[in-house]
Amino acid sequence: VSREAKGLVLGPAALLAGCAGAQSALDPAGPSAASIDRLGTWMYAGAVLVTLLVVGLMLVPFLRRRGGPVNRKLFLWGGGVALPLLTLTALVPYVMSVGHETRASIPADRLSVDVTGHQFWWEMSYWRAGEVSGATSANELRVPVGEPVELFLRSSDVIHSFWVPSLAGKTDMIPGRANRMVIRADRPGVYRGQCAEYCGRQHAHMAFDVIALPRVEFDAWLARLAQPTREPPAPELSKGRDLFVGLGCGSCHTVRGVTEGRLGPDLTQVGARRMIGAGTLSGGIGNIAGWIASAQHLKPGNAMPSFDQLEGSQLRALASYLESLK
Amino acid sequence: VTGPLYPQSSGPDGLERLEAAWAKPRRFGLVIEVNNTHVGVLYVATGFLFFLGAGVLALLMRIQLAYPRSTFLDANTYNQFFTMHGTVMMFLFAVPIVEAVAVVLLPSMLGTRDMPFPRLSALGYWSYAIGGVLVFASLFFGVAPDGGWFMYPPLTGIKYSPGINTEVWVLGLGFVEISAVAAAVELVVGILKTRAPGMTLSRMPIFAWYMLVTAGMIMLGMPTVIAADILLELERAFGMPFYDATKGGDPLLWQHLFWLFGHPEVYIIFLPAAGMVSMMLPSFARTPLVGYTWVALAAIAVGFLSFGLWVHHMFTTGLPLLSLSFFSAASSAIAIPMGIQVFAWLATLWEGRPVLRVPMLFILGFLCIFTIGGATGLMVAAVPYDWQVHDTHFVVAHLHYVLIGGMVFPLFAALYYWMPMVTGRMLSEQLGRRAFWLMFIGFNAAFLPMHLTGLRGMPRRVYTYSADLGWNTLNLITSVFSFVFAAGVLVALVDFVRHRRSGRPAGSNPWDAPSLEWLSGLSGHGFRSIVPITSIYPLWEQQGLKDEEIAGRGFLPDAPTREREALITGPITSEPEQILRLPGPGWTAFVAAVATAVVFTAMTLKLTAVGVVAALVAAAAYLYWLWSMDRALPRGLADAGRGVALPLYSNGSGSVGRWGIVVLLISDAAVVASFIFAYLFLWTVRPAVWPPDGSKLPGFLEPALCAAALIGAYVLFEAADRLNQGNRRLAVALCLIATAILASGALTIGWRWLDGLGTDPRGHGYGAAVWTLLGYVALHVAVGAAMALWCLARLGLGMIDSWRCMTLRVCLVWWRFTVVAALLTGLLVAGFPHVVS
Repeated sequence: VSREAKGLVLGPAALLAGCAGAQSALDPAGPSAASIDRLGTWMYAGAVLVTLLVVGLMLVPFLRRRGGPVNRKLFLWGGGVALPLLTLTALVPYVMSVGHETRASIPADRLSVDVTGHQFWWEMSYWRAGEVSGATSANELRVPVGEPVELFLRSSDVIHSFWVPSLAGKTDMIPGRANRMVIRADRPGVYRGQCAEYCGRQHAHMAFDVIALPRVEFDAWLARLAQPTREPPAPELSKGRDLFVGLGCGSCHTVRGVTEGRLGPDLTQVGARRMIGAGTLSGGIGNIAGWIASAQHLKPGNAMPSFDQLEGSQLRALASYLESLK
Repeated sequence: VTGPLYPQSSGPDGLERLEAAWAKPRRFGLVIEVNNTHVGVLYVATGFLFFLGAGVLALLMRIQLAYPRSTFLDANTYNQFFTMHGTVMMFLFAVPIVEAVAVVLLPSMLGTRDMPFPRLSALGYWSYAIGGVLVFASLFFGVAPDGGWFMYPPLTGIKYSPGINTEVWVLGLGFVEISAVAAAVELVVGILKTRAPGMTLSRMPIFAWYMLVTAGMIMLGMPTVIAADILLELERAFGMPFYDATKGGDPLLWQHLFWLFGHPEVYIIFLPAAGMVSMMLPSFARTPLVGYTWVALAAIAVGFLSFGLWVHHMFTTGLPLLSLSFFSAASSAIAIPMGIQVFAWLATLWEGRPVLRVPMLFILGFLCIFTIGGATGLMVAAVPYDWQVHDTHFVVAHLHYVLIGGMVFPLFAALYYWMPMVTGRMLSEQLGRRAFWLMFIGFNAAFLPMHLTGLRGMPRRVYTYSADLGWNTLNLITSVFSFVFAAGVLVALVDFVRHRRSGRPAGSNPWDAPSLEWLSGLSGHGFRSIVPITSIYPLWEQQGLKDEEIAGRGFLPDAPTREREALITGPITSEPEQILRLPGPGWTAFVAAVATAVVFTAMTLKLTAVGVVAALVAAAAYLYWLWSMDRALPRGLADAGRGVALPLYSNGSGSVGRWGIVVLLISDAAVVASFIFAYLFLWTVRPAVWPPDGSKLPGFLEPALCAAALIGAYVLFEAADRLNQGNRRLAVALCLIATAILASGALTIGWRWLDGLGTDPRGHGYGAAVWTLLGYVALHVAVGAAMALWCLARLGLGMIDSWRCMTLRVCLVWWRFTVVAALLTGLLVAGFPHVVS
């Protein structure tokens, strides 16, 4: 038992040391995630100590020659009552003081985003108090670095959960309710988020990116998002746009200035996205074409049909057009 | 009453009669025997098979997750597998098998021959076995539940889950509920009423304390999920929008009701396991348990606290921080009674000279794993930390540490420890050690890294993942070692099969254990005679106990009525009160269970004709069963041995029938409370206008009339019981008839009232809640009216008189409950809108 027990206790400490990723709670890039990470570190240490204590106490009787009456009060009052009580007295007030950043109030003129969960994608609408911007995007949330951003989380169908581990903990998106949450990214970069509440067949493919940009770049981007898309500069792209309209893509998708469907993701800037299909594939003409032709194969059960009847040239034109939307 | 009517003998003729009464039937013994050892062993074996089945699902899922973008399982299959893995492990393995272990062990530990209601145990077992197999079989037809084991609506509503998958889940749970409530009745009445004489509450084996708390939790916890289930099915089948936010329902209502049960559920699984550990530990430490009273109180404290923690599964739903803090603190507080138990076990090891045999090894594994699970439990109880790890693989790792550590390891210890008592042969020390090490290493190497997988951002319930997220190595490690764990289980399984033939004979008490179960033999009757108990550790501290028992010098060394009998004793001091005749082998329970299973299945598959026929069979079986209860018994006494003569029948408040109905009605009260909770919860969501659906404010006249009729019906039933004591048959009959008429009147008035309000059960959550509440109460009134007629029929046939009046009294308890429930419900529905609007 002892060898195993040692491995057990030392294992996590060693593993925790060096690891991070685009979607890791151990690599915080925002105040809420950072304070939770600090809380975690204390609790891991406490957990290792308690485990060592119990395993140690459990093994001693097997290593000695003989037993005998013990100080029962020490075990029951000391170990059973005082130890957990003191731990909790220290832990609970600390816990209560952590993570409130996500519920903080923010100045009225700051940016707000309505995030709506759909099976199996995300819709993001940006607005400021008193302004009508109507700038909408999908599966990607852009935020200015270092500023708190207020999110209103809703769902259009089943329960989803909004989670960007590097920035903050998760908040559920519950039909009939709007949950409020404030996030802040302290460094520029891409932070991956993913739906955390099981929401049906393609729950695994419901991811998004949070892209933190310097304020100036962010403002420019947001202004562009609110504009209609430009007339395609090349005939190939015009053909693609005509196909987009002709095939009826617009009954589900909005391309600002072209179509106004609201059932599927807004594609006004789809060419600028790192991923398509809510994290199913990386972007680029080839993958966009592949997605259009076989969405049901790549993400079975999602609402997008496979347009596998299209000819190669049509598919290329359509994909090129979409890729040009940036 | 004059002299003993039924003599008995402690000699060989007594033994002969005892054996004859308890003999296993020669034909169809498998399905008609109802003795606890027989049913319990089947129960444990069935539970273990479900453990293996759900384990195979886990292995298949681990193959899928071993590599990113794997195509071994598709999304639909994976989603069904994880839902079934959770559902089967929780509802068809963990809860039933701890009940099963109690069915096998408790009667012997308490010094009795059987459970107080053997047919009820059999019904519980067969419902569970047949229903469980049907639910599991749904996997092979691709219609297994796929909404996750806690089945959150609206995903599981008819709109997003139109298939029968959800009904299969509801069906499965239905059976488990039958067996769980049956178990709760058995456990409470068994522990409080059938202990050996002299075994006061403070001398009970500690396992009995744990099971008493568990039974109490089942009694109060299970009904909330039954209620949630009923509401879900009403919404799916009839469109009553309890969980539909677009029609005044709320998805969070399900989460509250489910976790109000779901959290205690964890302790319903853990407490019996802790009880087993507390029983085994003294045998291996060679010393009594340190802090018996502390441990018993800790178990009770866990039971209480566990009902205050449910919201810690809902920390991410956006509830106000203040209420979250309360539940966070309450969740953490459970660390104290848990700490007391752990340190009592540690102190026991320190006081004794522990011997490291296989069960002890599994107990050490339990202590180690469970401590880690407890530590991560404190982490998830910390609200902000939970916001990160909730619904990730961290939580998957945590719950496996708690459940495998807290329940599977103790269960394997228990199997290695008690199997010799049932089979008469020892399991292999060598194979057991190998099984332990494979399981212990496999478990930790698989699940410890999984905490990290979750912290690195991997949500639970995803059938695939990208290769660039830093999860690949961790997942591969987990997958490989899950097979090592499985290999350990396989080694143990080989040992279980092998030892029946080649295991070393165990003798009567192979571990030199202190508790009473090791005194009972392998036969149906268990004890030759029931010896008075003067110690918590009778086999260590009561000299000559074995000789007394074998010589028949204890109580009941014979079968004075030639039937199966048990000694009924007082609930606190355990003085002998009665000799209870127990039902022997019979078809009733089996037929009732099979017919019930067919009814549920036919309803799920929408085979109406089959369903109707099966329902008739089931109804006939249950009615026959009820009719055969409260048999004619002589007013005389029987010799119970040791110079004590006891009655064979009891019609007072101490009788087991009375205790049984009270336990059942406590569960029922919890269902009513859950419906009331649903009504009030929907109000808190939209408190502005009430009623919110534009229906009329409920008036006062009709509810008042209805209440008057109900009170009248109840008072007349109460009068019937009084008059029956004076043997005034005609007056009793008139009272019963009047009760039935007044109850029908109350139902008619109530119906007209509800109908006139204009609230549509399908239009709004409010209407749905009102109809459900009043409908459930009306059902009780209707049953109460039927009971009055039932008693009238038995009265007419001479089956009720001033002595033989249990039937009447049990029905009276029903009426007392019904009138209180109906008045409270009526007051709420009629009065609440006036108060708040």
